[in-house]
Amino acid sequence: MTAQETAPVSAGRGEPLVVLSGVQKHFGQLHALKDIDLTVTRGEVVVVIGPSGSGKSTLCRTINRLETIDEGTITLDGQPLPAEGKELAALRAEVGMVFQSFNLFAHKTILENVTLGPIKVRGMKKEAAEKKARELLERVGVGHQAEKYPAQLSGGQQQRVAIARALAMEPKVMLFDEPTSALDPEMIKEVLDVMVDLAEQGMTMIVVTHEMGFARTAADRVVFMADGAIVEENTPEEFFTNPSSDRAKDFLGKILKH
Amino acid sequence: MDAVFNNMDLFWSGFLRSLGICLWGMVGSLILGTFIAACRVSPIPSLRWFGTSWVTLVRNCPLTVVLFFMAFGLPEIGINQSYYVFGVSALVIYTSAFVCEAIRSGINSVSAGQAEAARSIGLTFSQSLTQVVMPQAFRSIVPPLGSVIIAMFKNSAVVGAFGVGGDLWSVYKNLTSAQGYDGLPVITGVAVGYLCITLPAAAFLAYTERKVAIAR
Repeated sequence: MTAQETAPVSAGRGEPLVVLSGVQKHFGQLHALKDIDLTVTRGEVVVVIGPSGSGKSTLCRTINRLETIDEGTITLDGQPLPAEGKELAALRAEVGMVFQSFNLFAHKTILENVTLGPIKVRGMKKEAAEKKARELLERVGVGHQAEKYPAQLSGGQQQRVAIARALAMEPKVMLFDEPTSALDPEMIKEVLDVMVDLAEQGMTMIVVTHEMGFARTAADRVVFMADGAIVEENTPEEFFTNPSSDRAKDFLGKILKH
Repeated sequence: MDAVFNNMDLFWSGFLRSLGICLWGMVGSLILGTFIAACRVSPIPSLRWFGTSWVTLVRNCPLTVVLFFMAFGLPEIGINQSYYVFGVSALVIYTSAFVCEAIRSGINSVSAGQAEAARSIGLTFSQSLTQVVMPQAFRSIVPPLGSVIIAMFKNSAVVGAFGVGGDLWSVYKNLTSAQGYDGLPVITGVAVGYLCITLPAAAFLAYTERKVAIAR
């Protein structure tokens, strides 16, 4: 696994991997995404922050087309996102997604959660898939829970399993949609530690989060969104110490005060 | 009760005929209903439209209208079949709308996040349904689906009354109208015949419900 994932992602580092251009999205009257241009390069860790309702989750979900877009284009590795069908499924296999509410398959064991994709989508043999799944579960620190069901695990453990499930597909990019927002404070760290590890190993990551500590430690770039638009992009250092827009200053003032 | 005991062979063949209508109706409506439900939750708009139209049209027509449409309407446009085939087909079509809605209610009971997670690891629509959504939906599908199937078993009497012939209902007509037996004992026998179909079905349903409940 480690050889598999570090080799291709560190090779070609800096090439554009995910490119959004002129993306518009409406929910009825609400203009959820306003003319979004964003390029994420291979190996880059981009943290998207902003107030609730700013469109950051929607942005994240458009990248594997869990949300459709009204205008603009999104490409992954140079290929535009397919509209539907088998091609779209194939694309989603290349994009790992971690949800706020974990969304582990409730009727399957931890091990089955991680092997389902490799077996059904990649056509891997069950034994090989299980071996790989156990390695991944070991890596995120829940190796001994493999035979349990999701409901028997804590939130933090479930989220780490969800990360392992996504990694089992050997994705080109990982999307994190507020991965720690549903967790108790003491469980947040165990999930963030796994994410920091992943970032250090060169995984391309787009992370929607309120964890400013994670943004400072792991992000190459911070994208600040408000009211459906990207207001400001900068390195974490610059963004947190010297935000240029009033909207970002206001936001940081509110969240960094306590 | 001589009317019943003297005509046991007639009752028996009527019972088998009714059972046949019920079983064909069940198999057919489960297959068709599942297909329509898959259409209704499909990502393809034209399939969703088809599924929704089917349910709206079929569910809001009385069964007798569907039957008459099949038996008297279709021959006028050159489609001829036995009353048995028409009768069972009408039952299947009518019941499929209710089967579809029972299945769909079960699918809706599974949180949207489960299907999103399934899609996000690259499963196709049908894989998401069969691997992730349906196994979890099944538990909440069983009770309403059971009621639909039992109602369908009873509706098979309407198909019988309509002239398929040889089923339990026509045994009643045969013995009372043609052979002049008193109605009460005969209809009691017919009722017992139907209960012999529906009660085991209800028991099987209760058993299945318990079994899927323990499964997780």
